[in-house]
Order: sequence, then C-alpha cells, then structure tokens
Amino acid sequence: MSTLHTVNKSPFERDSLSSCIRLAAKGHSILLIEDGALGAMAGTDHSDMVAGVMKDVSVYVLGPDLAARGMSEDRIIDGIQVVDYSGFVELTAKHDTCQSWL
Amino acid sequence: MKYSIMVNEGPYTHQASDTALHFCKAALDAGYEIFRVFFYHDGVNNGTRYTVPPQDDRNIQKEWSKLAEAHEIDLVICIAAAQRRGIMDADEAKRQGLDGDNIAPGFRISGLGQLIEGGIIADRQLVFGD
Amino acid sequence: MATKKFMFINRKAPYGTVYALESLEVVLIGAAFEQDVSLAFIGDGVYQIAKGQSTDGIGMKNFSPTYKALGDYEITKLYVEKESLEARGLTLDDLMPLVWEDEDDDYAEKPSIRLVSSAELAEVFDDQDVVLSF
Repeated sequence: MSTLHTVNKSPFERDSLSSCIRLAAKGHSILLIEDGALGAMAGTDHSDMVAGVMKDVSVYVLGPDLAARGMSEDRIIDGIQVVDYSGFVELTAKHDTCQSWL
Repeated sequence: MKYSIMVNEGPYTHQASDTALHFCKAALDAGYEIFRVFFYHDGVNNGTRYTVPPQDDRNIQKEWSKLAEAHEIDLVICIAAAQRRGIMDADEAKRQGLDGDNIAPGFRISGLGQLIEGGIIADRQLVFGD
Repeated sequence: MATKKFMFINRKAPYGTVYALESLEVVLIGAAFEQDVSLAFIGDGVYQIAKGQSTDGIGMKNFSPTYKALGDYEITKLYVEKESLEARGLTLDDLMPLVWEDEDDDYAEKPSIRLVSSAELAEVFDDQDVVLSF
C-alpha cells in the first residue's frame, strides 16, 4: 500500500516532521502543509533531514502555504515539488491511505 | 473517489478548518464526493451560527454551511464534544434545559459512530487538526 | 458493514490537551462497530499509558484506567514505538501492564502492548485502511 503523509507543523516547533520521516516507508509521499511548509526550506537546521529521506520518499509542499508565509519557491530544497489544493487532492487519490502528522 | 473528512480544531485559532475547506472545494471541483465532514474536539466550534468575524475577514462557519447546501455534504458535529463546548441544536438545548440553541444551518449533531462509519464507507479518510 | 483496519495514532501527553481522552472515546466506538482496531503510541503519546497517573492535584478525571478495559472490547494491539520510549528514558516497566484474555487459549492473560522499532511500526502503518491521528 502507499500512503500520503501530511505534516502541518514547523519542524522548529514540534517533532511531527521528524516522526513522519522516521515512520514513512519507501515509496510513500510526504506533503508539507500549513506551518509544515516551512520544513521545505533549504539552508535550515532541518534541511538535511528532509533531503535525506528524499531518496525513498517523494516530498511535496503546498504552494499557497509557502506564499502566505513569504517564502519563495526558489528557496526550497531541490527536488521538492510544489502543488496547489487540486494537486493535494490528486495526491490523496493517487495513494491508498492518508496519514496526518499533527 | 469518496472522501470522509475529520476537522479537529475550531475556526480562526488554527488553520485546520480553512485547509479542510480548501481541500473539500478542490475535491468537489475535481468531481469527487465529500461523503461527510465530522467535527471533533474544538472542531465543533465551526458549527455555531453566532460566529461574527469582522467584515474584512472570512466567515468560516458560513463557508461550511454554503458548501453543505450547494453539494449536499453531511456536516456532523460530535455530540459528546459539542456538549462539553456548548454547541446545541434545538432538541438538545431543550433536553438540557438551556434557553436557546446555536447550531448553524447545514450542521447536525450526532455520535462518534458517524466518524467510524465515514471511515468505513469512504475511499479516503483525512484528518485536519493541530 | 465492512471491516476495515483502523489505526489510532497518539502523539500527545495526557491532560495538557484533550486529545488523548477524546481519542480513547473514538477507539471504543471503533470497537463497537467491530472494526479491526489498533493503537500506536509515538513521541509524547507514550505518556498516555504511563503507570501511576494521579490527577487529584489538577482536578481532572484520571482516565488511564480506561486503557485497562480495552482488552474487554477486543482491542489487543497497542503498539509502542521503542525509540520514543527510550528517548524519554522510559522502559516497559514504566507503562501500565495492559492485558487481554484469549478465549481460544483458556482465557490466558496476554500482553496488549507490543514494543516495536520504528521500522516495524512503519510496516504496521503500511497495512492500515484508515488512520486517525490525534
């Protein structure tokens, strides 16, 4: 089975993203939403952790949440794909289950 | 594709309800079905019609009510969570001896079984919360 | 009604927020609907099943005895992530001894808590139909 994990907390605030990365299986996807979008930024204390999981897991970020926080798509980690809400919906349809990391 | 959605936070403090709304609209635009939205924890606070945000802000409760009416979406507020937080329909207010109800149009109050049933019937279950 | 695999993920300590208590209420309903129910305790969620909870001083109801009743509702799969427990300096001895009675084995008491590694828990998650996070 394949799972879409959503993370809505900044990695600076909670362990949601690190827990998700620890427990996501190969072939799963992670979508960063709300404050979780901040986990997509390059050059942070958490960027290596995110880049490290990307060989096994596809990582996406919700564009509107990135924009709302004044963070440019140019500054996200290489290989993270930006989606809008319809892209979010398609990701849920493409995977068998959805798991939220709050 | 049939979706069941759980919203665990009230409006305004957390983004959860906004994100859930955007998700539901996008899913409907894609031709998918929202079978049920279940409001739990402080999420029950999305269903009071006494929400009066400033005019330049969005009215999250009205957005849910509008969506429910346009697409016949079942908006369910958990009764146990609602009673703890003072969200009442007319029957429940009467039963509790309260002087009025506050439930918003399109919402109904029911039990947690509705959440489990949603998970069983829907193809996908999503959780929006904190 | 169909039977699905429901996983309830608990990642928050009890009492500071209502999530642990209200999660438990959903778990019991899931069992009443005769679904295949599992629970996972990750991160601070492991504190939900800590031994010796005493809430007299904070004026809140101690709901930890409810976990002991889960076995009676045929909820027998409580996964605890080993890494989370260790990170908090805890061992299995710090958790409530939760058991269920196996009626196919002369009602022998069996442990409900399954201590698993992150990798093992990831496999368990991979097999679920519905995941509810609290």
